Amino acid sequence: MKTREEIFEILKAQFPDAVLGIDASLPTEPLISIDPLKIKDICVFLRDSEELKFDSLMLLSGVDDANGTKTKDEQGHDVITGGTLSVYYHLDSVYLKHRVTLKVSAPRENPDVESVSYVWRSADWHEREAFDLLGINFLNHPNLIRILMPYDWEGYPLRKDYKNPEFYLGMKVN
Amino acid sequence: MALKTERMVLNMGPQHPSTHGVLRLELEIEGELVTKVTPHIGYLHRCFEKHCEAMMYNQVVPYTDRMDYLASMYNNWGYALAVEKLCGIQVPERVEYIRVIMGELQRIASHAVAVGTFGLDIGAWTPFLYLFRDRERILTLFEMTCGARLLYNYIWVGGLSHDIHPDFVRMTREFLESFKPTVTEVNNLLSYNKIFIERTANIGVLPLDTAINYGCTGPTLRGSGLAYDLRRDDTYSIYNKFDFNVITGQGLQGTLGDTWDRYYVRVQEMLESVKIIEQALDQLPAEGDVQSAIPKRIKPPKGHVYTRVENPRGELGYFIISDGNTNPFRVKVRPPSFVHLEIMDDLTRGHLISDIMAILGSIDIVLGEVDR
Repeated sequence: MKTREEIFEILKAQFPDAVLGIDASLPTEPLISIDPLKIKDICVFLRDSEELKFDSLMLLSGVDDANGTKTKDEQGHDVITGGTLSVYYHLDSVYLKHRVTLKVSAPRENPDVESVSYVWRSADWHEREAFDLLGINFLNHPNLIRILMPYDWEGYPLRKDYKNPEFYLGMKVN
Repeated sequence: MALKTERMVLNMGPQHPSTHGVLRLELEIEGELVTKVTPHIGYLHRCFEKHCEAMMYNQVVPYTDRMDYLASMYNNWGYALAVEKLCGIQVPERVEYIRVIMGELQRIASHAVAVGTFGLDIGAWTPFLYLFRDRERILTLFEMTCGARLLYNYIWVGGLSHDIHPDFVRMTREFLESFKPTVTEVNNLLSYNKIFIERTANIGVLPLDTAINYGCTGPTLRGSGLAYDLRRDDTYSIYNKFDFNVITGQGLQGTLGDTWDRYYVRVQEMLESVKIIEQALDQLPAEGDVQSAIPKRIKPPKGHVYTRVENPRGELGYFIISDGNTNPFRVKVRPPSFVHLEIMDDLTRGHLISDIMAILGSIDIVLGEVDR
């Protein structure tokens, strides 16, 4: 069993470029920031390393950080430009009973994150959900299509500047 | 001449009695054999997570009821724990005990539905009726406590909506006494029934490493033989005060991790829950205000928290990000059913169409939680 700080040191020694830092100032759980295009290599290492053995991905969640510039369009709706979209990975080791939280941030206009669905099978649907609701593009995902919303839906509902559509397939919404 | 078979696509659902809700399975079959299953979900999607962002922390609780509607108490509890951890709220001991009693009663009720409808899917009517008769008594206990039978809104952040009824302890004890014979009856009627074993043993075998890689938890993981229970392994509330066993599959009727094992884990877990409730009733503090720790206004500091509880179906997790306001910035739920439904394709491949109901019943999904 290792603490999050120890796991960070191991990762930092192994991947000095891809591991960006640890935020331990938060009131609850320390958070390790990772480069979005290197996340898969790091996850393979976390899963296969003998001393870490993170064999299960508990949760993968997309988040709209809403840290860009906020403006209003002519109808008064919020529009956010710039800033980032983030993905949080909560990993768990069933045998060693330690946990860690990783975070990657990708630019809002071009949110490319490497897929970890080849590392943990459970990531497949979680990534589809993050794509569906936030529009995060997971590179090398085997089947990146919408999962909860209809397959032909437009827009990403969980983004903070999401605007409800007036019509869906010619039918009035609301 | 060899029999010519052709691959065809068959739709099962969204309106089908065995899919336990609105789920569509797209089956690719070759004769009677299933070669691929693609679940299509989202028919019940109502954007729970988006709603939360427009609500204050305490207003989210009724929404959590409506996710896993067979285990609403546990959904309330998981959410309350997450917010309490974020704000650093300590709840009184009496509240903890009542939460454990309610949570375990809910586990019995939920497993009763799971076991009953599982038999129903396979064609065994009678055990379903016995189990629903007893579940009805649990619902009466809940109704007596908080006025609702299915969607309770009972466990609030920092406390409970009501204290228990004066008769609650006596009636719960009576119920537990009468429930134990039901389990024996179910075992005689269903678990060791030759026809039932033929339908479930060696069907849908889930190997342990696959189960872990898929993120399976709860009875689905324990059915594959690993004693992993968050109540014991990542203990929360006051579960460390109780003595109970973690039930695992043994491969008694066939291969380890088959449908029968997952089913039997649930049957035995009901008895373990009875044990926990009996201990909790013995130790329940007599006096105490259940609302003393409820905050007037919830405004957690900036930060994020992930808490998990052992829901009847598996690990129910709440990931909450706070930006220091009275509304959550982001709430993300880890529903066990969502994760478990993903293994359907692996489990059903090469089985008969009629086995799909058995396999789907054995992973025990609730569509309200899958779609949120």
